[in-house]
Amino acid sequence: MNIFRNISFGQYIPGNSLIHNFDPRVKILGCLLIIINLFLISQFWGFLILGVMVWSGIIISKIHPRFVFRGLRTIIYLILFTMLLHLFMTEGEVIFRIWIFKITKEGLINGLFIASRLFILILTTSLLTLTTSPISLTDGIERLLSYFKFIKLPAHEIAMMMTIALRFIPTLLEETEKIMKAQISRGADFESGNIVNRTKNLIPILVPLFVNAFRRADELAIAMEAKGYRGGEGRTHYRELQIHRKDILFFTIITALAIIVGILF
Amino acid sequence: MIKIKNLSHIYNIPRRDPIIALKEINLEIERGEFLTIIGSNGSGKSTLARHINGLLLPTSGDVWVKGMNTKDRECLWKIRQEVGMVFQNPDNQIVATTVEDDIAFGLENMGIDRENMLERVNWALQVVGLEEYRRFEPHLLSGGQKQRVAIAGVIAMHPSFLILDEPTAMLDPRGRKEVIEVIKKLNQEEGITVIFITHLMEEVIESNRVVVLNKGEIALNGKPKDIFLKVDALRSFALDIPQITELAFRLNHKGLKNISPSTLKVEEMVEQLCLYV
Ligand SMILES: Nc1ncnc2c1ncn2[C@@H]1O[C@H](COP(=O)(O)OP(=O)(O)OP(=O)(O)O)[C@@H](O)[C@H]1O
Ligand SMILES: [Mg+2]
Repeated sequence: MNIFRNISFGQYIPGNSLIHNFDPRVKILGCLLIIINLFLISQFWGFLILGVMVWSGIIISKIHPRFVFRGLRTIIYLILFTMLLHLFMTEGEVIFRIWIFKITKEGLINGLFIASRLFILILTTSLLTLTTSPISLTDGIERLLSYFKFIKLPAHEIAMMMTIALRFIPTLLEETEKIMKAQISRGADFESGNIVNRTKNLIPILVPLFVNAFRRADELAIAMEAKGYRGGEGRTHYRELQIHRKDILFFTIITALAIIVGILF
Repeated sequence: MIKIKNLSHIYNIPRRDPIIALKEINLEIERGEFLTIIGSNGSGKSTLARHINGLLLPTSGDVWVKGMNTKDRECLWKIRQEVGMVFQNPDNQIVATTVEDDIAFGLENMGIDRENMLERVNWALQVVGLEEYRRFEPHLLSGGQKQRVAIAGVIAMHPSFLILDEPTAMLDPRGRKEVIEVIKKLNQEEGITVIFITHLMEEVIESNRVVVLNKGEIALNGKPKDIFLKVDALRSFALDIPQITELAFRLNHKGLKNISPSTLKVEEMVEQLCLYV
């Protein structure tokens, strides 16, 4: 029994495409621009252009669309649900009527727009996380947030928290599995019974897991202090991020397109 | 050089009796030494270790590292760089998500520039023999390998002293051997002063000097050979003597006077027994 083997963390798929090699800061900002744009535009052509842009990105990154759709699978019901809500709940010119339900023209348009918005949003973030390793993502976020130091944004602390979380997720999962096996060998049953019973059965797993997590945190803090850790001040970086000409070019194109789409549609 | 003078440490826990963890410790550690501190559970080993790099401050007494007092806040970061520390659980001291990033962690804290950092990371990887693993995520490594990553992360900071607090306690025999080999190499080839903490008598063999802690006090202090002669005292401190030493001790008492009671290794024993054949 290997419960957690097939869960993948971070969806990163290593590769060597143009998109993979862009600076993470540029990718994150580009992503943000597209997302902001998605919520500004209100015309069909706008969605089409943004969709084509993101899809070209996926093609250039040479990532199999299967991985992109895997990310969509979990969210598809949410998209359908919000679309239906809009479809039936919007007042306006009625074009269709079944029993007490009526579909309006405005509802149809709103529903489609919301669905496209969410759909492209997921595609965009998937493209980012599929082509950027968690480490460079964290690095990128740290550097970007550090531009906001003047409003006392704890950029380094946020990045350190992300790093430690990434580092300990596999360790904690391994531990969960170990505890589960130990409980199962003593006759615990996690697979049958109703939801109340199953939840109850989780308690003997969660309690030792939490207790251990606190102990780990304590030991890690001491180990970090012993290695001279004292926050982000005066700290240098092992990984360097460099903006190349292609990053500037990429960013200019995205910004230009975003502005044009935003103004026109 | 490390100098510990009249060091006492008391843990004050609210609404409970204070615990006297260390009592009037006096100890000097010379450059290049391989010192083992041994003692049973709760004898104060970890407490003593944490005083040497200023993680704990004395209730009374003083600790000097290369002339810097650990009470002097100005010197604290310099002391932490000079005295590296490796802990028992390898999982709980690795911070970063890959081996090389973790080794660089201490260097980043020191503010070393990137070029220098790369050089030191490469050197540390090579010393602990993990060059091929530099891009690995820590959870994919064995216990012994993880502990070597932890050691690499500390020696990359170029400390003069390396304290290891029961670094082998959670490892299998193979991992244990790997780690001990690396520590020996660091002491002999890189000239790093090693302070090795353990509760296993077998692991004392490699060191130049042994300090036995018992209930927060230094009970014995001397060469491994001499310490092993005090079998009864060691037993009273709840320490186990290696089987081979125990055997030698008993044979000697039964009249086989050619067998030294402080025999530490099987080969030594074989040689001595051969004299009787
Ligand atoms: N943070 C603490 N708060 C209170 N008491 C403590 C604390 N740490 C240690 N002690 C107590 O101080 C004494 C010495 O502990 P210490 O951890 O130094 O022993 P040790 O020799 O390292 O033991 P072990 O072999 O278990 O690691 C013990 O009685 C212990 O209970
Ligand atoms: Mg201890």
